[in-house]
This record gives sequence, structure tokens and C-alpha cells, in this order.
Amino acid sequence: MSDELVAQFEKAYRRGPVIHGDLRVSGTGFSVTVLFGPSGCGKTTLLRCLAGLERPETGTIRFNGLTWFDAASRVSWSPQRRDVGFLFQEYALFPHLTVGENIAFGLRNWRVEERRRAVADMLDRFQLGGLESRYPDQVSGGQQQRVALARMLVRRPRLLLLDEPLSALDAALRDELRSQLRHWLSEFAIPVIVVTHDRTEAIALADQVVLMQTGRVRQTGSVEEVFSRPVDSDVARIVGVETVELGEVAGVSNGLATIRVKDVSLIAIAPTYPAHRVHVCIKGEDVVLQRKTPERTSVRNHLPGVIRWMTPEGPLVRIGLDCGFALTALVTRPACEELQLQVGEPIVALLKAPSIHLIPKD
Amino acid sequence: MDWTAIWLTLRLATATTAILLVAGLPLAYWLAMSSWRGRFIIEAVVALPLVLPPTVMGFYVLMATGPNSPLGSLYEQTTGTLLPFSFPGILLGSILYNLPFAVRPFTAAFAGMNRRLIEAAWCLGESRWRAFWRVTLPVCWPGVLTGIVLTFAHTVGEFGVVLMVGGNIPGVTRTLSIAIYDDVQALDYASASHAAGLLVAFSLTVLCITHALGRRRLPV
Repeated sequence: MSDELVAQFEKAYRRGPVIHGDLRVSGTGFSVTVLFGPSGCGKTTLLRCLAGLERPETGTIRFNGLTWFDAASRVSWSPQRRDVGFLFQEYALFPHLTVGENIAFGLRNWRVEERRRAVADMLDRFQLGGLESRYPDQVSGGQQQRVALARMLVRRPRLLLLDEPLSALDAALRDELRSQLRHWLSEFAIPVIVVTHDRTEAIALADQVVLMQTGRVRQTGSVEEVFSRPVDSDVARIVGVETVELGEVAGVSNGLATIRVKDVSLIAIAPTYPAHRVHVCIKGEDVVLQRKTPERTSVRNHLPGVIRWMTPEGPLVRIGLDCGFALTALVTRPACEELQLQVGEPIVALLKAPSIHLIPKD
Repeated sequence: MDWTAIWLTLRLATATTAILLVAGLPLAYWLAMSSWRGRFIIEAVVALPLVLPPTVMGFYVLMATGPNSPLGSLYEQTTGTLLPFSFPGILLGSILYNLPFAVRPFTAAFAGMNRRLIEAAWCLGESRWRAFWRVTLPVCWPGVLTGIVLTFAHTVGEFGVVLMVGGNIPGVTRTLSIAIYDDVQALDYASASHAAGLLVAFSLTVLCITHALGRRRLPV
């Protein structure tokens, strides 16, 4: 009996692409797996297959030793029987029921007293007190999301499936809720699978990233692995950011933060929300390479390092540096020739503080 | 005022509406949710009474229920009475003729509803049957109500099919609209205008109530 969700299946659409699900996720305790990829790559379909809302043509889905789906032996559990929590993109709150009735919807068989206590606990946890007799269209978008979370979590399902949980919110609220969402979910010892096409969301939420493209899983690994070490140039293009490293905020003053990444100190714009652990994201095109450390410059970060590898990509060259941590730079071919860059040679990477993007982790 | 005709009309309309509600909801739900490619054939059959002259419809119902037809002879053997020119006869004609007035609004309501709501109910552990009663029906209530009212009102005003299948037997098949036709034939304009006025007032009231109710939440 393995405490894992193991899914391997194919789902075909009439006149559409074939979705290949290939997933292995811990089945107990809190962990967040993010299915990340561009729109239309099949990640929502994969999620719906896990919930039992879609039926694959071939393959198997097993959860903690239970066979949820097996095409060969015609086993296919209903969503009701799988006992998963599903958060829909637009939340799918029942418009004819109040906030309180929405949260209590799945507790029909509970004793009245227990049900009342469970709903009260959820209202409290998600700061929805006083709203229980309002209808969903009478509360804000952020509140609607919390109602949907409460409705799903109050039953303590075995697995949580979240489809683009933040996409229905406006940009300001999305920033605020990214780290909040992970915190809320971490209070329940339930594994979570999140679908998103938003890079920041993926980095902020994920323990494990599953990168999908045109119906296939292309890479699985930690945030740093998938984003900083993409398996090929297709994946690199999708992740769109060349360097992602975990760092710690060592100090903040005058709106600037000092971040420790391994043994290197970086100066960056401080995040709007107080955070200790952050993901440091650096785009390759923002890295300037120079032979020597400049004497006087506005650029805050000077990182001496060594060139580890070089890959030409059309008019550009992708250059891997070791500056105490792995950093990828994108420079033009002429620049590369002018500087006579060679693998193994020392170099200085310059990074402006605003080009270091910080994503709070918890 | 022809109270016998009014009473008969109300009985016919109530029975037609009740039966079409029970039979029409599952049919409409299936039409709205099915992905079967031949679905349009069923949809066309359901819509047929909208374009067919009532006399044509009535003619076929009459032929299909006559004592020489399989349905008619079966009915005669089990009940000992004839289906045409009886209340069950006009009820059958009325049900068939009103099929689109019930099923089409029901189908439109089900098809227009956000299916994620139903799926959310499933994921919260509710069976398909319970999800229908707790989510689908309350959410689609305005459309279902429209179907009920249209069916009822349309049956009250029915003429052609009832005349073809039921003839004109007072207390059995002589509905209000047939009574009006009779009155006019007999040059009794006073009686005809009473009944006609009543129908207009009834129809208008019913439509006002529908529009007012359709905007409100279903009390659950």
C-alpha cells in the first residue's frame, strides 16, 4: 500500500489533442503540486480526470492503494466516492443559497449540532463572520473565493484540486492572496494539486512543479529544478524566467532588501508583504556581463563568477554562470564575440536591484 | 357564464401541466446534458407541434386512438370505454400538442445553467439525483416556471386538437374555447364575449405573475 496518488492515463477529445496524464504525488500530509503550463495544454482536463469529472480512455489512477480508475478492468469511481475537494475557476458557488448554506451544503448527513459547529469554525477561519446570511452575489470576489475554500475544506476531503484558484480575482488581490492561500491550505493536512498558467503563482505555491505542454508532462521537480534547469529549450520558453533560487531575507532598509542566496548577498526591491523565505527570480536578458568589476556604476549587484556552459540560440547565446549560485544570462552573439567569452573563464555579472523579482514563499 | 366548460378547461390544463412536468423535466434534462449526436432528431420531434396545424395533429391523434388502432383497442380492452371523444382522449392530444411549450423552456433553462454548479454538488458528495433537486432545479426555477405557465395557459386556450379528438360534448370535451366558438356560431355574442374576456384577463394575469415570480429567488 503506497500512500501516493499515481496517475497514468490518456484522455482524447473528438477532433482535439490527446492529454497524457503522468503524475506521482504524495497522498498524505500537506504538500502542493502545481500543474503549470500555457493555456490549453490540458492541465484542467488532467485535474478533472483526477476528480472523476472526465473519464480517460486508457490508463489508471490510484490513490493511497485504492484504484479510482482502471480502463482495463472498467473501474471508474464517481466524484462522490473519490471524496476530493474541487475548487472551480469561478468558484461555482450555489447562487440560490446563502454563504452559510453553501458551506454546509456537503454536510447533509451530519448531526445538526456538529454541522453548526463546523460551519462556524469555517466562517471564523476564513474571516467570513457576519456574512453567513448573504448570497454569493452580495459578497466580494475575495470573499467568494474564501466561501468556496470553506465549502470544500469543511468536509476534510482526501485530496484538494484547485483550478486556477486566483485567476478570477483582480491583480492587487491576487498578489495579496498568493502567499495567504498557501498558508490557509497548510493548516489542513491534505495534499493539494493546483492548476495555473501564472508563473508567479506557480513559484509562490509549489513544493513540486509539473510542467505541461500540448497535452504532455514535460518536466517534474522542485521549483528551482523546473525553472532554473529546464530539460530543453521548449520548457525554458514556457517558464520564461531563467534563474529561480530560494533565498532568505537578511534585512530590509529604505525599501531595499538584502537577500542571502547560498553564500551570495543580493540587493533587491523589498517585497510588499513581509516574508522570510523568498524565491529569487532573475530573467536572463536582465543579466549584464562584464570582464571586470566597474569602479562606479548605478548597478547594485556585482557578482564575480565563472562561465560553466554556453548554448547558442539564434541571435542569442545562453550562458550558464556559477556565481556562488547558478545564474543564466542571455547575451547577443556579437557581444559574446567582442568579450571573447569562453567556458571556464572568470566574468562579472551585473544585476540592477529592480530586475531581481522576489516571490514570498510563506 | 358556462361554468361546466370553465371547470373542464381547468381540469384539462392542470392535468396536462402536471403530466408534462413529470415527463418533461427528465426529457429536457437529457436533451440539455446529452452529447449524443442524434439529439437534434428528438429536439425536432418535440418542436413539431409548434409548426404543425392543430387539425393535422388532432387528425393523427384521432387515428391513433380509434378503436381499430393498437392503442385504441388496448385502451378499450382495459377500460371498456373509447379513447376518442372522452376526457382521457383530449388529455392525450393536449399533452402531445403542448410538449414544446413545456420541454423547450425546461431545456433552455438546463442548457443555460452553469454545469460547474452540478459538478460542485457531486464533488461535495451529493448523488446525481440529490444534486438535481438541491441545485439544478432551484437554479433553473425561472425557466421551469415559464414552462409550467406557458403549458397551462396554452392548454386553457386550446382549440383545434381538442375539437378534432374530443368533438364538442358538454362536460366531457367542450372546453372554454370551443364554447366560445359554439356561442358565436349560435350568434350568442354576449356569452362569447364573457368567456373571451375571461380568457384575456386570465392570460394577462398569469403572464404578470410569471414575470414577477421569475425575478425572485426560489424560497427553499
